[in-house]
Amino acid sequence: MALKTWRELPIGCVVSEPGSASEYHTGSWRSQRPIWDNKKCIKCGICYVFCPEGCVQQAEDGFFVANMDYCKGCGICAHECWPRAIAMIEEG
Amino acid sequence: MGKRIGMEVAVAVAEAVGLCNIDMAAVYPITPQSHIAEHLSDLVANGEIDAEFVTVESEHSAMSAVIGASGAGARAYTATSSQGLMYMHELLPIASAMRLPITMAIANRAVSGPLNILNDHTDIMPQRDSGWISIFVENGQESIDMSIIAFKIAEHKDVMLPVNINIDGFQLTHMVEPMDMPTQEEVNKFLPPFVPHATLHPARPVTMGAFAMSDYFTEIMKAKDEALKNSKKVILEVWDEWGKMFGRSYKPVETYKADDAEVLMLTMGSMGETAQMAIDELRAKGIKAGLIKLRLWRPFPVAEIKAVVKNAKKMIVTDRAISFGGPGGPVFSEIKSALYADSQRPLIYNYIYGLGGRDVPVHDFVDMFQKVLADTENKAVDTYEFWGVRE
Repeated sequence: MALKTWRELPIGCVVSEPGSASEYHTGSWRSQRPIWDNKKCIKCGICYVFCPEGCVQQAEDGFFVANMDYCKGCGICAHECWPRAIAMIEEG
Repeated sequence: MGKRIGMEVAVAVAEAVGLCNIDMAAVYPITPQSHIAEHLSDLVANGEIDAEFVTVESEHSAMSAVIGASGAGARAYTATSSQGLMYMHELLPIASAMRLPITMAIANRAVSGPLNILNDHTDIMPQRDSGWISIFVENGQESIDMSIIAFKIAEHKDVMLPVNINIDGFQLTHMVEPMDMPTQEEVNKFLPPFVPHATLHPARPVTMGAFAMSDYFTEIMKAKDEALKNSKKVILEVWDEWGKMFGRSYKPVETYKADDAEVLMLTMGSMGETAQMAIDELRAKGIKAGLIKLRLWRPFPVAEIKAVVKNAKKMIVTDRAISFGGPGGPVFSEIKSALYADSQRPLIYNYIYGLGGRDVPVHDFVDMFQKVLADTENKAVDTYEFWGVRE
């Protein structure tokens, strides 16, 4: 999507479309990503509870995954995971 | 037309705002602005105007409240001074970025420390880059005229920016002056209802004051700068309209005997009328002195300044604030940079004066001119001096 010029901005940058913040993929800020080792995961859900972005979801098999559109790579899930099933790896 | 009144200027300002069909006001009292807050709250409490007066607990809250109210589509007003304005500071660029046409009176007062309640311009100068339209007034009549005019400028569809009106604290706010107060009918005719560019309403949800990163921030700043620069056209139109309706015309740069002047002085606010008397004295002695009164501070009237100074040999820029450790007073710096590229420009001197309410009588203005004329080797050009400081 082409970025708007200054002339095309609405007055006061009013956002008239509700919920449009979801189109802003904050995952682009990420420098590290969480990787789950499901052999160690006990499905306690602490990563799901602590994720400040609410982007950790539980899959049908009971294990957890992060939505990479919104995961900022903060590492809180990895820090809180007491079975140490989550590793933070550098983005390539 | 209108009615002739004798009234304290701060009270008259509140009266004038009371004629403007405001929807809400949030004003926290602070000397020397308090009489505006008090009288406006009286008008609301007595049922003389149909508006909400929000009794906030601080100036930070006052500015926040008017931002919210303006966002909801209300014609919103506030007033403050000195520390109160400093406390509003972080919200000022937000109001302008959101393009909310708030109107604010500032009863200019020295900023602490040390604590001082008297008049100078050290409160408004740090707000210079907030993106507000900024107007300085010279007397009581102008204070009430601008208080009404400001709504029309701010709310014009091609402007949509907040406006502050700088009224020298005590020197103007606490003077009892004769003024022509427009009638309600006249103000109704002059001032159309406020049509906001967007409003906060549950049925039509919008987000105001959202988030923008490096991909958009530059474009947003550019759009804001253009909006402020373009507001000048509307300011001129509205002043012209006011002049036709009320017989009192305003210009971004007023002059007094400046046409053939060899030495010019520039003042802002209430000092202009005193300086004018000095000009008369000097003219009586055969000295070609003239005066420039800068009414419009933002958007800065570069072209108008250039036009009036081009034939002068010397120019005194007076400042009622200081940029510590900087190249001179804030007005001096701006005038100098505005004229830098012109080959035909006067030599410029800067006097910083009238700080913390120090009186500047007519003979001080005369002395400034004499001192500049005596500087035949131009040694004091491009420097600044604290006028009247005890050495």
